[in-house]
Amino acid sequence: MAELSNSGAEEADETATFRTNIENRVLRLIAAGNWSIVYLNKVDGELRGLSAKPGDAARAVIDLSAVSRFDTAAAAIISRTAAELEEQGLDVAYEGVSEAQHLLLDKVEACGKPEPVHLPPPLYLQIIGKIGETTRALAAEGYGMLDFIGSVIVIAVRTLMRPRRFRMIPFVHHMEKSGFDALPLVCLLTFLIGAVVAQQGAVQLKTFGAEVFTVNLIAIIFLREVGLLLTAIIVAGRSGSAFTAEIGSMKMREEIDAMRTLGLDPLEMLVLPRVAALTVTLPLLTFIADIMGLLGGGFVVFFMLDMSPGVYISRVQEAVGFWTFGVGLIKAPFMAAVIALVGCRAGLAVTGSAESVGAMTTSSVVRSIFLVIILDALFAMFFTAVDI
Amino acid sequence: MSMGKKGEPIIEVEGLDTRFGDNVVHENLDLTVKRGEVIGIVGGSGTGKSVLLHTILGLKRPNAGRVRVFGLDFSTLSEEERRLNEQRWGVLFQDGALFSALTVAENIQVPYREHLDLSPELMDELAAVKIAMVGLRATAASLYPSELSGGMRKRAGLARALALDPEILFLDEPTAGLDPIGAAAFDELINDLKETLGLTVFLVTHDLDTLHATCDRVAVLAEKRVILVGTMDDMLRSSHPWIHEYFHGPRARAALAGK
Repeated sequence: MAELSNSGAEEADETATFRTNIENRVLRLIAAGNWSIVYLNKVDGELRGLSAKPGDAARAVIDLSAVSRFDTAAAAIISRTAAELEEQGLDVAYEGVSEAQHLLLDKVEACGKPEPVHLPPPLYLQIIGKIGETTRALAAEGYGMLDFIGSVIVIAVRTLMRPRRFRMIPFVHHMEKSGFDALPLVCLLTFLIGAVVAQQGAVQLKTFGAEVFTVNLIAIIFLREVGLLLTAIIVAGRSGSAFTAEIGSMKMREEIDAMRTLGLDPLEMLVLPRVAALTVTLPLLTFIADIMGLLGGGFVVFFMLDMSPGVYISRVQEAVGFWTFGVGLIKAPFMAAVIALVGCRAGLAVTGSAESVGAMTTSSVVRSIFLVIILDALFAMFFTAVDI
Repeated sequence: MSMGKKGEPIIEVEGLDTRFGDNVVHENLDLTVKRGEVIGIVGGSGTGKSVLLHTILGLKRPNAGRVRVFGLDFSTLSEEERRLNEQRWGVLFQDGALFSALTVAENIQVPYREHLDLSPELMDELAAVKIAMVGLRATAASLYPSELSGGMRKRAGLARALALDPEILFLDEPTAGLDPIGAAAFDELINDLKETLGLTVFLVTHDLDTLHATCDRVAVLAEKRVILVGTMDDMLRSSHPWIHEYFHGPRARAALAGK
């Protein structure tokens, strides 16, 4: 037997091989060569076949004496094969096992039989489960948001009664960061959109010979809707996400917990200044956005329709009343509050990990833009009802 | 790719200089690690233990000097040779460094998928063996790293490092942040793996208990180089002030007493 194994080792040193023979109802499994993970895929398949159909044998002998290298993966495969042969009713014995191989086999056997891989449930159940999960999460989120708004209102009222507790420096800081620093972006984008709307409007209205109404189009659409919506979306992307990331990373580093233990209220310290700052700056930004949109429109009208700035201004004044402008501006503080509240709450909802900061930031931006548009629709219904 | 003899040099660092800008971390540092031993790297904060580890792994390029692992200078190898030889070591980073988008089992299977051609059943079985080997429950296989505790993340990271049965295992502060029971279990695991797999272990640590429990030799990093390499007894006998303070301080005495 020893002879056989040795010759096997010489001819197949570079890869893992095995041979079997059955003599007197004894199945002999002679492994040879380099049994390291790189070469094991083929013998693994063959061994699975063997242990499923061991043939007419009552005993099995696994001979490892011709194996030049033997790693954990090899031990796993051999011990699995041995276990499967035993299940088939064979007595399994080892032969020619070195000290190191013995240690490894023991180690792998001590790990127990690998559990069958956990299969996911069928697709339809996954879909139903997902829908249910999302619905529950949505309900919990709505409840949580109401709870949060309530707490912020309580803090706001308390601060109004004791104005000295209001954090002036963070308030001004956030006005600068979310308001003043956003000016270039807001100005540029609204100017461009104003110009584009005017240009498209002029081309379409020309076919009816009504190109002078381009001015009405720009003035009404910008003052009433687009100026505010654009600004709110820019601010949600810029400042809402920043609020989430700032508060979220503080939460991650346990700064929020530290605040609480020092008797400081994170709502008062972090949330209120941000909400207040945005509520002040968004209407201001909206006003500037309106002006820039009108300027962009005027620019196009001047070049495309040869309308002088004086005529443009007087036409704008004819086209809009105070409430066209007022409707746009009234909505601004509400949207600001929504953006800031959603951003801050997402920040506070961050759990320990860095991934969670990223996930919450994304969801805060998506949520606040969604809510801004929903809010705009509700306002549109309201203003139609009250007839302005 | 045959296993070399026990005791031959497996990592050789010669005349290593590393600096970040003006800050010199290592100057003319020499260190030799022998096959089959567990070597512990100790040193005060900022003495460049992790930098040394990163330099040996080729993650940081040295400013001068030579690093040879398995007798090979990795910086002169071709892409292909480098890839093959990098499969011969496993690394456990400080917090496990598991890929956060993959489950524990998938993390362990990354080297299988990338470097080998194995059937899915075999990959699942091997992952299950590695998971059991590092002492994780089988149910941990389908969890994501964010769902694991710190100690479990380290064990899962170790399982990934062991996926290809490496010859050298690099461990960066393996017991930091573990409770004493978990840390002791980890020490035992290292000894166990060294015995069964014939591993060489390069261990960066602050944990005196781990040093006592696992290390054949200890290398002390100070004054920008390795000032002493030797057994724990050599460390205890050394008269160098920092080494004396380190191995005879109140915590060291406690660790020694518990031995």
